[in-house]
Amino acid sequence: MGARTGILVSSILAAAVGGYYGAAFAVPGADRRDLLPGRTTRGHYLIESACGACHTPFHGVSSDACLRCHEAALTAAEDSHPPSKLSDPRNADRVAGLDARACVACHREHAPDRARAGGVTLPADFCAACHQDIARERPSHQGFAFAGCATTGCHRYHDNRGLYEGFLARHLHEPEVLASPHVPPLAHASNGKRPGSRPLDRSDRDDPPGQAGGDARTPGARDDGALVRAWEGSAHARGGVSCAACHGLPDAATGMTIWKEHPGGASCGRCHALEQEGFAHGAHGARTAAGLSPLTPAMARLPMRLEARGTSLGCDACHAAHAYDTRRAAVEACLGCHDDAHSRAYRASRHALLWERELAGAAPPGTGVSCATCHLPRRVSRVRGADVVRVEHDQSADLRPRDKMLRGSCLTCHGLGFAIDSLADDALVERNFNGRPSAHVGSLDMVERRLPGGGTKP
Amino acid sequence: MRIRIALAVVLSLAGCGKPAATRAITPQKMADALYAVLAADRAVYAHEVVERLQDQEGVIRASEHYKDDRALPLPAQMFRLGAEAARRTSGGVTYSLLSPWPINTQNAPRTEVEKAGLRRAAETGQSSYAPESLGGERYFTAVYPDKAVSEACAACHNAHRDSPRHDFKVGDVMGGVVIRIPVE
Repeated sequence: MGARTGILVSSILAAAVGGYYGAAFAVPGADRRDLLPGRTTRGHYLIESACGACHTPFHGVSSDACLRCHEAALTAAEDSHPPSKLSDPRNADRVAGLDARACVACHREHAPDRARAGGVTLPADFCAACHQDIARERPSHQGFAFAGCATTGCHRYHDNRGLYEGFLARHLHEPEVLASPHVPPLAHASNGKRPGSRPLDRSDRDDPPGQAGGDARTPGARDDGALVRAWEGSAHARGGVSCAACHGLPDAATGMTIWKEHPGGASCGRCHALEQEGFAHGAHGARTAAGLSPLTPAMARLPMRLEARGTSLGCDACHAAHAYDTRRAAVEACLGCHDDAHSRAYRASRHALLWERELAGAAPPGTGVSCATCHLPRRVSRVRGADVVRVEHDQSADLRPRDKMLRGSCLTCHGLGFAIDSLADDALVERNFNGRPSAHVGSLDMVERRLPGGGTKP
Repeated sequence: MRIRIALAVVLSLAGCGKPAATRAITPQKMADALYAVLAADRAVYAHEVVERLQDQEGVIRASEHYKDDRALPLPAQMFRLGAEAARRTSGGVTYSLLSPWPINTQNAPRTEVEKAGLRRAAETGQSSYAPESLGGERYFTAVYPDKAVSEACAACHNAHRDSPRHDFKVGDVMGGVVIRIPVE
């Protein structure tokens, strides 16, 4: 091959390669995954093609980008190590060693060789940077390796609400199963008891056939009897919510309300804003929140059922339009997609048995344990002195580190010691808690030994 | 944003027939003013909120784990919550509550200025001022004695199992408030 031919071939190759990768930047919405410098963590791979969700061109990744998605969770967790704490000049020497004010100091993306649970890319003994005197301050910690600080049941860097000493002390000697294990009842949003409303039936339907605008349907064009029957049995009908409440959407051009055959999640959000907000923060809704196409199980790294690969994750994927059966959303919807060992083991678990007993009416409401009981738990917050219960729709909120699930889920039914030991047993978790924990975490024992008269059990 | 101390504040005396007067706010004057506000708020919270509602009215108690206990933050926690919140917007001015006898060892003096200032506060009850360089930045650092303003302060520290000292009395210096102002 002559020199000219070589130059020509090289130029064509360079143009092809440059064009291929350059298009990723030049074409809006182009798939940029080929440009990824390394495999993304399990927390971010679903949005890895939305580079701008994290990166500011020519300015790297700022903590502000991280906080756009994670700030609400950190606030709720009462973050033990907020940047504002480390920003005190008296911590300048510590910051010089490890500037943990920046999220990326500990959570570096595209570094699969270093990434550990929670996307942490520091060595496991990073606590030593600031707490090297802990064995002197707390003799109970003598002989402990710093690499074990964040072991399940010991300490959490951000969310320590379920593991601080006073909390552990309050939960000493609890039984494995509490005296009255049940989740708190929901308010009107799901059981249909909306104050001031009356139950509706098909005579109340308010879908005006032939309404102008939108994608109005023609009366009698199709049989929607099954849909109406499903709605009649729903919490919406029991709570006085008829067709137009969901299908009637404002038209931006005219300002009029028009009928939409497929109103989508935006319609749900008008009444279920908190649920939708939670959904957007979790893995199920993160892609939509980042401006990408909805998640489908085909995109997941976790094992998923083949027949569900094309399911588009929105409200209806779990709740099934018109019926909006929260019981279906609590188990069938999950197992319709998830096919990992933990999910496959559910049906044979004690938790599932309790759930079936509740569904059969053989056990009181709230005593069954579905997938949602633990992964979409009911959160109780106080508003003007009263408890308000809602379902957390960010199913990722308590997933990692695993012991975040203690306060939000496990302790609703179980004693703390049993719950910590169970979560610390990887094999037991994979078996969906079929069996007993083989591990024992000594956190509660250590707390008890520090109590006045240490070591004496009540 | 940095606070530029020694920044002249020009007070126009228009209409008085006199030339404009220039008065400089020294770092010490600014620190003293900040401390006056902090100390007043701290004392008011201790007396009018915690002491009144907990010890007199018996309406609500103050607790170290105030969220889980649905209680009031302890006065020292209230102070630290404010310090942490202010750090986000204060342009580099910071304050903290430290002690040679801290319940949480993270609140022990760390820098030489803190150690000397808290020692002087404990021994003499006097405040102290010193320049300090931390992390490549220069600060004017003031340390003020922090006294037990009520019986509740002394009793709580004396009873706490993590307290290294158990003989505090009302009026005793229990630690110090450290105020740092960045200077150029």
